[in-house]
Amino acid sequence: MRLVNFIKSSIVGILDMAEELLSEIGLVLMFLGEFLYWAIRPPFRIQETFRQLDFVGTQSILLIVMTGAFTGMVSVLQGYNAMSRYGAESLVGAATALALARELGPVLTGLMVVGRVGSAMTAELGSMRNTQQIDALLSMAVAPVQYLVCPRIIAASIAMPFLSAIFAFSGMIGAYIMSVEYLHIDAGAFMSAVRDYVTSSDVTQGLIKAAAFGLILSLVACFKGFNAGGGARGVGVATTKSVVLSSVLILFSDYLMTAIMF
Amino acid sequence: MIQVDDVRKKFGDQEVLKGVTFEVKKGSISTLIGRSGAGKSILLRHMIGLDEPDKGHIVIDGKDIVGMKTPELNKIRRRFGVLFQDGALFDSMSVSENVAFPLREHRGLPENEIQDVVMQKLDVVGLRRHTQKYPSEISGGMRKRVGLARALALDPDIVFFDEPTSGLDPITRGAIYRLIENTHVDGKITYFLVSHDISGVMAISDEIMMIHDGRIVACGTPDSFRTSSDQVVQQFLMGSPDGPISID
Ligand SMILES: Nc1ncnc2c1ncn2[C@@H]1O[C@H](COP(=O)(O)OP(=O)(O)OP(=O)(O)O)[C@@H](O)[C@H]1O
Ligand SMILES: [Mg+2]
Repeated sequence: MRLVNFIKSSIVGILDMAEELLSEIGLVLMFLGEFLYWAIRPPFRIQETFRQLDFVGTQSILLIVMTGAFTGMVSVLQGYNAMSRYGAESLVGAATALALARELGPVLTGLMVVGRVGSAMTAELGSMRNTQQIDALLSMAVAPVQYLVCPRIIAASIAMPFLSAIFAFSGMIGAYIMSVEYLHIDAGAFMSAVRDYVTSSDVTQGLIKAAAFGLILSLVACFKGFNAGGGARGVGVATTKSVVLSSVLILFSDYLMTAIMF
Repeated sequence: MIQVDDVRKKFGDQEVLKGVTFEVKKGSISTLIGRSGAGKSILLRHMIGLDEPDKGHIVIDGKDIVGMKTPELNKIRRRFGVLFQDGALFDSMSVSENVAFPLREHRGLPENEIQDVVMQKLDVVGLRRHTQKYPSEISGGMRKRVGLARALALDPDIVFFDEPTSGLDPITRGAIYRLIENTHVDGKITYFLVSHDISGVMAISDEIMMIHDGRIVACGTPDSFRTSSDQVVQQFLMGSPDGPISID
């Protein structure tokens, strides 16, 4: 009897969470509508957009290069372990390249950028909301979505494919060094396997995913910050929720896009 | 002219504005006084269209801004200057960038002319030497003065000041009142102040209204306030803890 009750209440709890997630996604989609409404209207905030491109893109490069290189290196180690059982060691480079281009590049870059950029966006906009800076913009007849949100979303959607490409490239350098210098795989075999197996559509798919993740994470981050209430504590809560929601949405949409594009 | 007509606002079950009605005459300096927490800032937010009343109308030069669409509201807001109670400065911008912001947004002036206006506005609030600092690097009173310079940057014809002198030293306070009087053009420019600095606003205001318990309880010239026999008004002017207004 107790067990039945426990299961019942667990199911109710899970359904509640799912419902909350769905209504949250609905609100984010409405925010997307607002973004689009303002994005196509002048004045276009070129200068702000460049500032955000610098923050989201340029300033993330070092982080992305490092995480990319380590990811490539560890993929080779793991791949080598598995593939050597079939005597297919020379394919480890190609396997790593495919994984980096299609999956690891966009997803891991997305998650790293959520941590570095999404959280900062939510905290900054949230604190602007709480210190009436957004009200000040409104009172000066400046549309806050256009001034604050559009540059951030546009910049993140543009920067993410580049970052993802940098991630994959650094990953391949890490993979090459690991394979050739450490595991003594023949350099020519490594390169020709990569060339034979990786197609340009693998690369494009990865880049499309990365752009979509950039849109998702900046949209969620701006939405959460823009609507943050309740002072410093409220900004903290909004930042946590923003990071959780965008990470979940990135992995969820990754599955959807992979299923569709395959 | 601004007409506030039967404006009501509830937060949860706390009814902050219980039907506020008054009029700000065009070209006057009018001041809203009232105790802390009486709803002055909230009322001001309604008057600039940041909050929607549950009921009532706010009519600015014949147009009701309640329920107005953003583009139309923005046309009216372009004539506004607003000093927020806590300054509401953009903390990613320096002092001079804050003051330049409304100029850059709404006036297609060349950069050197913008800088001239900025310096002139910062000069009158006594901040000429702090233009490159950021809001986090200046004091509360200085932030308020930057907010004032920003509110006046476009020479707006309706300016809302939320407590322009609170937290300022007596000399700066005097300078701010002088600035308000000097920049005000009778009959043309409307200044609406929120304050509890009785002696200061008595000296410069054409009209004073007092909000208490969600309603306007008194309204008139400074002289009519001084001589009012209303117990609530007298207690507020005297600052006496005893009387019809209880402390809680
Ligand atoms: N967002 C809100 N949610 C709930 N209550 C609010 C909100 N904003 C204001 N209030 C309540 O409205 C009342 C009036 O607040 P307001 O800021 O207008 O006071 P005030 O007259 O400006 O006071 P002060 O002179 O101290 O600035 C307060 O009791 C406050 O608790
Ligand atoms: Mg106030």
